[in-house]
Amino acid sequence: MTWLVPLPVVMPLLGAALTLLLRRHPTLQRAVSLIVLSATLAVAAALLALTVTGDPLTVAVGGWAAPLGIVLVADRLAALMLVVSAAVTLCVLVYSIGQGMADADRDDATPVAVYHPAYLILTAGVTNAFLAGDLFNLYVGFEILLAASYVLITLGGTRGRIRDGTTYVVVSLLSSLIFLTAIGLTYAATGTLNMAQLAGRLDALPASLQLALQSMLLLAFGIKAAVFPLSAWLPDSYPTAIAPVTAVFAGLLTKVGVYAIIRTQTLLFPDGPAPGVVLVAALLTMIVGILGAVAQSDIKRLLSFTLVSHIGYMLFGIGLASAAGLSGAIFYVVHHIIIQTTLFLAAGLIERRGGTTTMDRLGGLARLAPLLGVLFFLPALNLAGIPPFSGFLGKLGLLQAGVAEGGALAWLLVAGSVATSLLTLYAIGRVWNLAFWSTPQPPTPLDDDDAVAGRELPRLMVGSTLALVVLGTGLTLVSGPLYQLTSGAAAELLDRAPYVQAVFAEESP
Amino acid sequence: MSPNLLLVVVVGVLFAAGVTLLLERNLTRVILGITMVSNGVNLLILLGGAYGGPPIVGVTPEPAMSDPLTQAMILTAIVITLGMTAFLLAMAYRSWLLNGHDDVQDDVEDRRIRERAERDQGPADDDGGDAESPAPDRPLEGAPR
Repeated sequence: MTWLVPLPVVMPLLGAALTLLLRRHPTLQRAVSLIVLSATLAVAAALLALTVTGDPLTVAVGGWAAPLGIVLVADRLAALMLVVSAAVTLCVLVYSIGQGMADADRDDATPVAVYHPAYLILTAGVTNAFLAGDLFNLYVGFEILLAASYVLITLGGTRGRIRDGTTYVVVSLLSSLIFLTAIGLTYAATGTLNMAQLAGRLDALPASLQLALQSMLLLAFGIKAAVFPLSAWLPDSYPTAIAPVTAVFAGLLTKVGVYAIIRTQTLLFPDGPAPGVVLVAALLTMIVGILGAVAQSDIKRLLSFTLVSHIGYMLFGIGLASAAGLSGAIFYVVHHIIIQTTLFLAAGLIERRGGTTTMDRLGGLARLAPLLGVLFFLPALNLAGIPPFSGFLGKLGLLQAGVAEGGALAWLLVAGSVATSLLTLYAIGRVWNLAFWSTPQPPTPLDDDDAVAGRELPRLMVGSTLALVVLGTGLTLVSGPLYQLTSGAAAELLDRAPYVQAVFAEESP
Repeated sequence: MSPNLLLVVVVGVLFAAGVTLLLERNLTRVILGITMVSNGVNLLILLGGAYGGPPIVGVTPEPAMSDPLTQAMILTAIVITLGMTAFLLAMAYRSWLLNGHDDVQDDVEDRRIRERAERDQGPADDDGGDAESPAPDRPLEGAPR
């Protein structure tokens, strides 16, 4: 069944080519995108089913065996991330189709012709990064998704998007250059970039050299994952893009950085000297991020800051480097991808209904649009970690792992996590009070780009958001099996042997 | 070609010059900086491989071959950098069309905080002894428009 492994990368790329050819036929474009992403979701689910019961699946691309050729590896972690990312990209695609169809006769409509190919290439980059079996392929995956994201974030080329896009593109390019430098140094030191082979060879290097390589990789991925103090670019660049783009960026792109940190930390530097640094960064990310969120007056910016803040939880689990910590981190990644995307989609709906996302200008939305209230309220509570939502279960898992670890730093992080959770609730409560409960404001004409108040909410947009809300809330119901799955993935990561054996098993036949 | 100090120095100079340019406000200079650093990185990758003749079987004896993998990686990196540079140039041009310059602009939040700080500090400075300026004019300057 290994022929399934490259499909999540190949299908979106072919789909992108096809949608580019079909740029004059919007209906066909939509159909192609929908079919491709649905198929990707199906393949990802099949991969997950296969890896849960068996060993990691590998494919040597082009028939070149492991150390020489490029391998794609699907282990439990990669397969789980593929399923979640495919589900989220599909929902966001439906949302953007709804938006595109509703706005088709407006001047400021999304330029559909560029949107679909770029969106599919973004998906291909994300899946390629998840499946990459060597560092250089990981770099290529990052570049694919970043190149597509540059196009998406500056879509339409308005003044605000160019301004924010500049920051985003320059910072991303810088992090890519740091990553590439780390790759060059790693190759010079070990003579290989295959991660399975690196796992053996890096151990033989002197500790100082290992530390240098590890910190360069952490720096590069830290920028992509928006870890404090490398996070300042995120709240400045995400909010101005169109709602579905912001949603998919917030849900997926930072998590690809987190995934890369998990992969390299566990596989390449299992007993590396950096966990202390990661834990301190996690604490600062949580606290600084959420304090930023509390001070915001715009919903999208507020959500961007909570995004930064909650990256800290995942780092907390990674920094603990125990099976329980990693399992909690992976669970939290799954939860957070879905919830953060949902919240940004809901913010897009708020912007449509209220004409703005500035909280001072909104009000009484709970009465004007009750369904919208539900769509925002459920994921918001989930984010803050109210029982019985998955946010609570994820945080509980991390707290348990932290307590089990003991030590001053771990306890400090436990306290920090609880404080961050409470402050998230406060920030969310402010949004609820100002935007949903206070007296309705008369719609004001604004200087924003495309803000027109009181527009109808298309069924497709509401439907796809609702699907994600149901998915996020449903995580509670499947949390038992999901925790088993993430524990299995964490054990597999810490063991390292299954991954390495799967890659080199390819050689023998 | 054998590994030599000159190449290492060139990598250092490219990184240093590139980083200096990256700190500029002007997007065109930032682009030049990114080009320089990426060329530095490419040379760095080249330095990490084995040196020798062309890696073609039959032309060079195996032990004397250079490492083809580093060159393949550099080629990939060059192509990627080319695309990104083209995109950045297009963005700089768009920024110039819209704003008449291509400076990287301030964070919205930064600007708001600075304006608020100036507004708060305006009257306070008067008390500090800036006696020449007529007092009534000062508050108007920072007042919200």
